[in-house]
Amino acid sequence: MKILVVGGGTGGTILANNLARRLSGEIRARKVRITLLTASDRHMYQPGLLYVAFGQMATDQLYRDQASLLESSIDFHVDPVEQFHLDKNQVTTKNGKVHEYDMLVIATGSRIVPEQIPGLTEGAETFYTEATAVKMFKCLREFQGGKVAVVVGVPHKCPIAPVELIFLLHDYFKARGIRDKVTIKYHYPIGRIHTIENVAKWAKPEFERMGIEYETLFNVKEVDVKNKVVKSEEGTETGYDLLIAIPPHRGMEVIEENNLGQGGWIPTDRYKLTMKDHDNVYVLGDTTNLPVSKTGSAAHFEAEVIAENIASIVKIGAPVRDYDGKVYCFIEAGHDRATYAMFNYLNPPDLKPASKPMHWFKVAYNQMYWTSVRGLL
Amino acid sequence: MGEKKVIDARDTYCPGPLMELITYMKQASVGDTLELLSTDEGSAADVPEWIHKVGHEVVSNEKVEGVWHIQVRKAK
Repeated sequence: MKILVVGGGTGGTILANNLARRLSGEIRARKVRITLLTASDRHMYQPGLLYVAFGQMATDQLYRDQASLLESSIDFHVDPVEQFHLDKNQVTTKNGKVHEYDMLVIATGSRIVPEQIPGLTEGAETFYTEATAVKMFKCLREFQGGKVAVVVGVPHKCPIAPVELIFLLHDYFKARGIRDKVTIKYHYPIGRIHTIENVAKWAKPEFERMGIEYETLFNVKEVDVKNKVVKSEEGTETGYDLLIAIPPHRGMEVIEENNLGQGGWIPTDRYKLTMKDHDNVYVLGDTTNLPVSKTGSAAHFEAEVIAENIASIVKIGAPVRDYDGKVYCFIEAGHDRATYAMFNYLNPPDLKPASKPMHWFKVAYNQMYWTSVRGLL
Repeated sequence: MGEKKVIDARDTYCPGPLMELITYMKQASVGDTLELLSTDEGSAADVPEWIHKVGHEVVSNEKVEGVWHIQVRKAK
């Protein structure tokens, strides 16, 4: 059986490793072959970008060689897929190679599209790429006081990032002794300060304690870079001296170019994680159109379900379990404290008070990720 | 006459029904109708508030067997 994994981010890498371990006997017996195709020979720990933006992590700490993270039994190629031929169970890569499969897993992820909002690329700092995170850090270093506005595009990866950003901004300016010279105003797309009701209830008194101003139902329409004003779809506007944006995202171009899903998001069964009308195609992580957080955590838990199911299909001819919507997100709360949100389709998160041990666990996880992505944790 | 698209945001806490609707409204064309399915009690009020504030149109808003069916039309 040929199993093809397209994408070497968190989800694709965990899935391939987990599967290679579950099917090690079948691989040795040459009954199964696992191939992973990806666009880069480096793997980035994306949550580290927020730390880079605050000078708390060096850029080289974000990366490992992709090959070093994979089980040796995985047939790995840096050669991204350009064409999907789902009717023929084939893909064609950038180098022109055709790969056939019996089971396909699509884990191509998402990309930022700040250019969809006029003025956002020129006018706002962001931390969703290495280059922009470094630029944002330099900008923060030079900032001596004034009005900081934070705006949030939709949809976006890591839904906790907007509130974490606020806590880190507050701490950063406080540590520099200029917090009294800075006003921070947070703008959020829906009618409360976070989409998860319990996170909003927890964060609101924290914001008030720190003196954070906020405006809800604010979807960024455009940025007037010349006059330093950001305008909303809802008809309001905010002036700023420093604008920081969580940029809007889309799925990858290759998904749209192959007509696999509008916006680059592939229609996916929320329990089986199979692509609509294609039972031998699984979809994973940001690539799905599921109403689930676009986070490494969701990709991780989805990868475990898919790996277990593909392995059981190989061994007994049927999948064994459904994805229950599980997500676990750390929430850095500033002042060396953190909490977490864990939830699934049926159970909302029950937030605990932020604590220092949870912060240090998060700091440790920043290193443990490399064990996690190898499928060992 | 635009297309009607159903957004199944039942049993979801993050990104949540209104955030899902905003995502799909950005992808829709003027005149398209979208039907949001939500089990979040807050949606019945939150969604119309946002729709009115932005200037789109609420076509219908009803609860059927525990699920809110909110139809909206992209107006601009």
